[in-house]
Amino acid sequence: MFSYCSDPSTLSGLTWLSCYLTTPKHAGFYWSFLTVLTLLAVTAPTALAFGFGGAAAARSRIAPLRWFGKSYIAVVRGVPDIAFFLFFVIALDQAFEWLRHQWKCPDWSEPIRQGNDFVVCAAAKLPLGTSEQWVHEVYGFFTAVLTFAIVFGAFSANVLYGAMRAVPKGQIETAEAYGMTRRQTFWRVLVPQMWVYALPGLSNLWMVLIKATPLLFLLGVEDIVYWARELGGSKTPRFTDYPHGDWRLWYFLALLVFYLCFTKLSEVVLERIMKKLTRGQATLGGTV
Amino acid sequence: MSCWQTVQDYAFRSIGYGERLLPRDDFTLCQQFTLIGSGMIWNIYFGVLALLTGFFLANAIALMKASSNPWLRRPAEWFILIFRGSPLFIQFFLAYFLFQELKQSTGSFSWLTSAWAGALVVLFLNTAAYSAEIFYGALRSVPKGEVEAADAYGMTGWSRFRRIIWPTTLRLAWPAYTNEAIFLFHATTLVFFSGFPAFQQKADALYYANYFADKTFNPFIPYPIVAFYFVLLTLGVIGLFGLANRYLNRHLPQDIRPKLRYRPQIIR
Repeated sequence: MFSYCSDPSTLSGLTWLSCYLTTPKHAGFYWSFLTVLTLLAVTAPTALAFGFGGAAAARSRIAPLRWFGKSYIAVVRGVPDIAFFLFFVIALDQAFEWLRHQWKCPDWSEPIRQGNDFVVCAAAKLPLGTSEQWVHEVYGFFTAVLTFAIVFGAFSANVLYGAMRAVPKGQIETAEAYGMTRRQTFWRVLVPQMWVYALPGLSNLWMVLIKATPLLFLLGVEDIVYWARELGGSKTPRFTDYPHGDWRLWYFLALLVFYLCFTKLSEVVLERIMKKLTRGQATLGGTV
Repeated sequence: MSCWQTVQDYAFRSIGYGERLLPRDDFTLCQQFTLIGSGMIWNIYFGVLALLTGFFLANAIALMKASSNPWLRRPAEWFILIFRGSPLFIQFFLAYFLFQELKQSTGSFSWLTSAWAGALVVLFLNTAAYSAEIFYGALRSVPKGEVEAADAYGMTGWSRFRRIIWPTTLRLAWPAYTNEAIFLFHATTLVFFSGFPAFQQKADALYYANYFADKTFNPFIPYPIVAFYFVLLTLGVIGLFGLANRYLNRHLPQDIRPKLRYRPQIIR
């Protein structure tokens, strides 16, 4: 990166460090922070949408829909999230491939599960065997986002379900007295008012979501944990210009500090939002 | 091979008794149920010990945080911030490398690099931080009237704390603490995916489920088995904590006792 970096073996001290931290491999490390932020930016609204759907289903009048919503919330919450991550990554992939298989190769006669193998026709493979590396990476990231959204959707469904029930009954009754239909009551009265009840739960969920992002590593995405392990491991002079011992401790310390700053920042911002939202509300927070 | 034979071979496989080799092909449902169940021993071990030990540290830290002395308050605040503000996954990695460094530089402490001790230390500190925050919140919402009543009776210092403030704190904190216990048990599944090696493939339930899913390429059997075991475990935790809740609130009339409901708004 810098001009004086051309011969690293002559460098020492801070100049060495400045060169070491700007190698192309480290650029990959820095980009992976963006991967994490992208994941958060994409997952949060998707999970919220899933959660809204789940909460609406859980309080639906149609029994099967209600059962679906309630069991979605209960099952995902009762089981460790990491089990779900490991499960959905393979399950979603196989589900997509199976659907494509049904669609693209309808006259395939052999069974798909042959012993310990999952065999679909070549045209149904996802991503196609011929596609480029970045397609594989994007697909991996996509399944990771979907997995996160399903799991955190259940958590947020739980929060929103609670928030919908926290809206004062009188409000709903008033809406009904004005002759609003169920749908109108839901969209015009319930939904606008539930957010302030949902916010404490949702901000907690946002914190949990931030703290769940390192699990991307387990889903096979090249995230910050992957790079920290990769770059931190001891390097001999044979393979790199910047040999060093086992520095994984320091790399993970850096990750810890990154997460601490991130959660602290989120806490401050969420506190502000809460203050803004409770202004004028008839709660203890709103009277101040 | 009958299912009973499999149970005899693998029921305690995760702690080193019975058949050494894991099944390699023709995986039966019985094998999966037995081995994953065997792994649950580790989840329960980590969860129970971390909760028991963490409870005491959590109370101490909560008191420190509520103290007016900054030399006590500041360390407690930092402790809570560090362990609650960062992912457990990263904490496991960091602790593992830290313990390795310790082992290399001092020559001893090699037991800390194995999961049974090292991961337990991390889980202990982690749950202590989360519970301390819960207890601190409860401590601050102890009704003023109760403390004033204690003062009026002439109680001071330790006896006031032990007989009035602490029981009320526990009572107030208990629903949230139950929730924390449930999520701590869930968190134990992270241990063997985060640096700590599984010596001779002796590991927890999720490790074996992952083993089966990798071998059979069929996630639809092992992971639901894990889910089944964890739902049982969660119900067990709720049951036990419910009993404790009843004990804590035994002075109240039956119909106004707060019930434990598993619909927490706040998760870890």
